[in-house]
Amino acid sequence: MSAVVVLIETEGDGVGLVSQEALTFARRLGDPVYALVLGHATPGVVADCQTQGVAAIFDCENEELGAYSGAGWAVALASVVEAAGDVAAVVAGGTPRGNEVLAHLAARRDLPMAANVVAVASQPGAPLEVERQVVGGSAIERASLGAGTAVLTVAGHALDPEPAAAPGGAAVLPFAVDFAPEDLRAVVARMQAREGGDASGLTSARIVVGAGRGAGGPDGFGPVDALAERLGGAVGVSRVVTSLGWRPHHEQVGQTGSRISPDVYIACGISGAIQHWAGMSSSKTIIAINTDGDAPMVTKANYAVVGDMHEVLPALLEELGSR
Amino acid sequence: MTNVLVCVKRVPDSTGEVVLTEDGSRVDGRYGGYTTSAHEECAVEIASQVAASGDGGGTVTVLTLGGEDSVEQLRAALAVGATDGVRIEADADEFGPADVAAAIAEVVQAREAAGTTYDLVLLGNDAADTGDFQVGIRLSYLLGRPVVAGAQTIEVDGSVATISADTAEGTEVYEVALPAVATILEGGVSPKYPSITGKIKAKKAPIETVTSGVQPKGNGRQSLRVPPPPPSQVEVLGEGPTAAGRLAQVLSELGVGR
Repeated sequence: MSAVVVLIETEGDGVGLVSQEALTFARRLGDPVYALVLGHATPGVVADCQTQGVAAIFDCENEELGAYSGAGWAVALASVVEAAGDVAAVVAGGTPRGNEVLAHLAARRDLPMAANVVAVASQPGAPLEVERQVVGGSAIERASLGAGTAVLTVAGHALDPEPAAAPGGAAVLPFAVDFAPEDLRAVVARMQAREGGDASGLTSARIVVGAGRGAGGPDGFGPVDALAERLGGAVGVSRVVTSLGWRPHHEQVGQTGSRISPDVYIACGISGAIQHWAGMSSSKTIIAINTDGDAPMVTKANYAVVGDMHEVLPALLEELGSR
Repeated sequence: MTNVLVCVKRVPDSTGEVVLTEDGSRVDGRYGGYTTSAHEECAVEIASQVAASGDGGGTVTVLTLGGEDSVEQLRAALAVGATDGVRIEADADEFGPADVAAAIAEVVQAREAAGTTYDLVLLGNDAADTGDFQVGIRLSYLLGRPVVAGAQTIEVDGSVATISADTAEGTEVYEVALPAVATILEGGVSPKYPSITGKIKAKKAPIETVTSGVQPKGNGRQSLRVPPPPPSQVEVLGEGPTAAGRLAQVLSELGVGR
């Protein structure tokens, strides 16, 4: 079989959840699976790659990539693809970075690219067809990727990461690439800390407390923040909340924000428009708190409380405090 | 003076229920109507800010690829700050992302040959309907320009654009030499609502229609389907704050909040 090359992103000391899903998906497309780490191959990354059956991890040593550059990482990825020889597919998670770097690769190689793939639709041996999320996840498109190397990203939380039948060797192979000046024209010059700090926990949080228009205004998030803190979770918000400027965009969950897959999602004052649903529908358990018992979020939830979040949440916090 | 080209796409409004055409090949926008994505509305606003900054006097040209109907989306942008429009006459459904990038590149290069350079070309981060995440990046290669994806604010000082992008870890800041391409993610600026004078101006604003020399390869779409919603299985725990006890119990059963 032909090889598959996967661009993986790290989270903490390991492989990020969406990248673990991409590795699981990649094993359906070819063998062996090679990984390029967006960052470095720490012991945790190596261990996760072994679990996912990765044969080798390419670790790019260029200092130039210390600051992020979509084009720069595409050059590194292209050189891994080159080294791997016969490559059936290049895969990444359907994250901002994954979509960006793979689009660069597809443009450089003049290959078609499919974003947010959820399934392989073709028979083994036939030209690759995939199913992918379109219209913000509310429709599924069956698309042909042609006969060459397939470039695709895997929609976050479309599948669960599963360990490979046999662990991979995950040998770390350091390498370096030669950049042309035009590869490094758009590089992150500096990072600005954000008010409220690092929010990278949202996509990996096991518990997320969501809030929507029902919060009522920028001052309406007190009990939401308090509940998230009490439960050891993160806060996510619907699009209307960020477009009204009540909360920053990086907290947005949905089609135009983050896709999350927590064990428990508590949706407070969120009606459940498709835009938002696309980002959290794979939550294991959904609890809705809403004044409207007919809101889509309520009817689609596992559990619901019909009531005003500003009354229910303080009462819940009191209950939890007394336990 | 900075000249900006903003590329927008006419897409079915998908905030409500998504309905497919009878043959299942595309989303039917007859009921929900058509719109421009939030990313592109923000791109128009950023373009207006950039054109007005510095000594001012910059232009904002809004471009779309589509049929006569898509003039509606050009007029919407012209009502909130764009100065002129250009429509590439084509069936947008026949054009895949690489085709669209090639068609836009043709216009940028033709205008440059005629004496107008677009210092910045802005697009949405991803199309609201096809969600391809690649047109802007492909375009940057065709034009030989740098590209920043997921940009939320842009300031231009002379020949350098300072571009910020919000990520989970913090705000990334790029400094990129012009001319450049950026794909815009909503959230950094607030799109304007059109004023009465804006709407009148938009009606009179010039829109040029051009044909494309690109032979579209398409987007590989074989079919579309809308997965049926699962039947409701909700367990209503109660009404108002009196349900808090039962809710706390459910959380405890789920292993949360202990």
